Amino acid sequence: MQIPVEGFMYPNEVELQWSVLIVLYPFITGLVAGAFILASLERVFRVEAVKPTYRLALLTALSFLLVAPLPLQLHLGHPERSLEMYMTPHRSSAMAMFGFVYLWYLMAVLLLEIWLDYRRDIVVKSKTATGVPGFVYRLLTLGSDNLSPRSLRIDDRLGYFITLIGIPSAFLLHGYVGFIFGSVKANPWWSSPLMPIVFIFSAMVSGIAAVMLLYMASTRLRGKQIDIRCLDKIAQYLMYIFIIDFSLEMLDLLQRIYEADESFRSLDFMVHTRLWTSQVIIQILVGTVSPIALLGLTQLVKFTEVARKRIYAVAGCLTVIGIFAMRWNVVIGGQLFSKSFLGYTSYKMAFATREGLLTAIVLMILPFGILWVLVKLLPPWTDSGSISASATAPAQAAT
Amino acid sequence: MDFTRRRLLLLLPAAAVAWKFVLAGTPEASPNYKLSEHWWSMLIDIPKCIGCGSCVRACAQENDVPEGFYRTWVERYHVADWKIERPEVESPDGGKQGFPPSESDGKNFFVPKLCNQCADSPCTQVCPVGATFVTPDGVVLVDKTYCLGCRYCVQACPYGCRFINPKTQTAEKCSLCYHRITKGLTTACCEVCPTGARQLADLKNPQDPIHAFLKTHTVQVLKPHMATQAKVFYNGMDGSVR
Amino acid sequence: MFKDTEHLVRLAVVMAIALALFAALRTALVPRSFGQYGHYRGAAIAETAARPIAFAGHDVCEGCHTDVVDQKKQGRHVVVPCEACHGALAKHADDPATVKPPKLDTAVLCARCHEANSAKPKGFPQVVTADHSGGVACNTCHQPHRPKIEDSPAKPATEARK
Repeated sequence: MQIPVEGFMYPNEVELQWSVLIVLYPFITGLVAGAFILASLERVFRVEAVKPTYRLALLTALSFLLVAPLPLQLHLGHPERSLEMYMTPHRSSAMAMFGFVYLWYLMAVLLLEIWLDYRRDIVVKSKTATGVPGFVYRLLTLGSDNLSPRSLRIDDRLGYFITLIGIPSAFLLHGYVGFIFGSVKANPWWSSPLMPIVFIFSAMVSGIAAVMLLYMASTRLRGKQIDIRCLDKIAQYLMYIFIIDFSLEMLDLLQRIYEADESFRSLDFMVHTRLWTSQVIIQILVGTVSPIALLGLTQLVKFTEVARKRIYAVAGCLTVIGIFAMRWNVVIGGQLFSKSFLGYTSYKMAFATREGLLTAIVLMILPFGILWVLVKLLPPWTDSGSISASATAPAQAAT
Repeated sequence: MDFTRRRLLLLLPAAAVAWKFVLAGTPEASPNYKLSEHWWSMLIDIPKCIGCGSCVRACAQENDVPEGFYRTWVERYHVADWKIERPEVESPDGGKQGFPPSESDGKNFFVPKLCNQCADSPCTQVCPVGATFVTPDGVVLVDKTYCLGCRYCVQACPYGCRFINPKTQTAEKCSLCYHRITKGLTTACCEVCPTGARQLADLKNPQDPIHAFLKTHTVQVLKPHMATQAKVFYNGMDGSVR
Repeated sequence: MFKDTEHLVRLAVVMAIALALFAALRTALVPRSFGQYGHYRGAAIAETAARPIAFAGHDVCEGCHTDVVDQKKQGRHVVVPCEACHGALAKHADDPATVKPPKLDTAVLCARCHEANSAKPKGFPQVVTADHSGGVACNTCHQPHRPKIEDSPAKPATEARK
């Protein structure tokens, strides 16, 4: 397959190393971190209004976290050797250390928090459910059926503590992905101390938007009433964090343009040509400026509930698209130009291959499948229709 | 064949020593080779390079390099007038078949490129499992039975000298013909270079003439701002070289 | 009191078992020579050094082909290693009777070095072959081992490879 090259590229640079699957990976871990931060808003920062989304956010984070290693495995030349990263991790390699950050976050934070929050429901269900679900519940109880008020209080305190360390852990999870790119001095499009920060904030934005959309969709599907106060609060936080994220990205851009170092001419040309659609149109205009404007509008103008819900849905979708485009522009964009700064190549994305578009689509659908299973096993909703979060005490959460 | 007994007595011992190590298909490490006694590097003498591509072809043959990938390659530079920061560069098939004739105004020259065998190598820094490493004698190697094929090292190399071998699905690059230099031979590229533009150097050998050359001539490394402590030195290199 | 933290103790036990399993797995899977010289499989160094060799090196060629050595010594191609033109010949050196070097096409071979190119050093002998020979094979007039025509005019009959 001849790849068209413009100008000069080092001969080994012409074919891209990291494909759309490596675009997916930061996108997915970003959703995880963002969803978790939304959950922590209630648990740690006592933002009562967003409570209806607490458990849903945790389950969403878990669904995506379980899928996250898959694009990496499919991309590796030798996935059967991937255990080496845990057996002989190279301490100077950000990628190796990330394996442990991922493991820590999965085991010590997310799974533990979900287990502690759901333990009451798990124990109750282990006594009544049959078949496979029954087996799963009994396994999850770890053989203990103690539901005394004291044990539940201990769970609650421990859960609070886990969320507390979970927040920096979530930052570490996705900031690390940013660092994996940002620490590559050979690539001026990636190399930047801002990279981990930008990744974290864009992760929060995408995660919050994703949970908001999932909450709206799942409530609708269940035929229940959406808690508009919850939604308003989420949208507000989304807007604030988005403004910070946008400012950071614009700061990076402005500094680059002003300093105009060795790489600037080449990168500037790349943005104006190969990345024009994905970066300027999709990421910035459609995916960032538009949702911020829409959300800002809802803060300034008093819309009806119905109108607000529609605006939030549109803004949420645009946000998720925009953050995906951002990952694309970072990963793919960083490989389209030559390190000699004298040429450009193209990304030929295949369709039905191991690293093709079809695989990417399947990997994006998979978390929703997992979420569906999790939601059936561990229902995140309190089941009376309209929920006013402040009226529901935590101990009565199980039905 | 026409030879006198005298010639035979002179040449046979030398040939015998070298012959022992080149028996094709008989892999063995030289028993007298001590890792700590060597610190390998290379000198590229730009004014001598004629862009014949012999080195690229020899390397491909010696190391089974797959088509379309290059452990070493040659670039042709064209610098118009004072425009040092904007050269025109080409490398058709890595220079493997030489170069077609081209414009003659301005400055024109060839630059062979290969792995710079960095002492402070960014590619070994980022390898998550330790599949690529710097040997005690200064050569950066890839352990292809251990490599995951994650491609992080390919991204981290500022010089574009690494690639993924499509057959083994592991990272690959110039190994400085480690299997040759540990047996007292020179690299394949240096062996076939007709003008001596490429020369292997052992920086721990006090008698090495190339080491002496480095100490008495104006030499450069590629991308010194990357601080990789590259060990491939370029004599007579123009400022336009990327 | 202990009863109320029982589930956490069970969890801690599960995690301890998992860690123990990980440690055992590690002992079993990490290659013996790993860490011998640094963070890599020490045995990889010897494995890399044991690769088969393709180019014999001009010392080996000169051991047998002394007549060519003498010829080359008198001309400009004395600095050109044998395998630069003749290709990798370790297999031939190993078994000269059975493994024969491939036939060379001088039209392509000589042009790679000597076709005029503005990037070649000015003092290097180069010609525009179309004007120079009109497409005739180089070894029609030049003897490759001693290329200056005045020194040794080519003998097409004997120079043609078998």
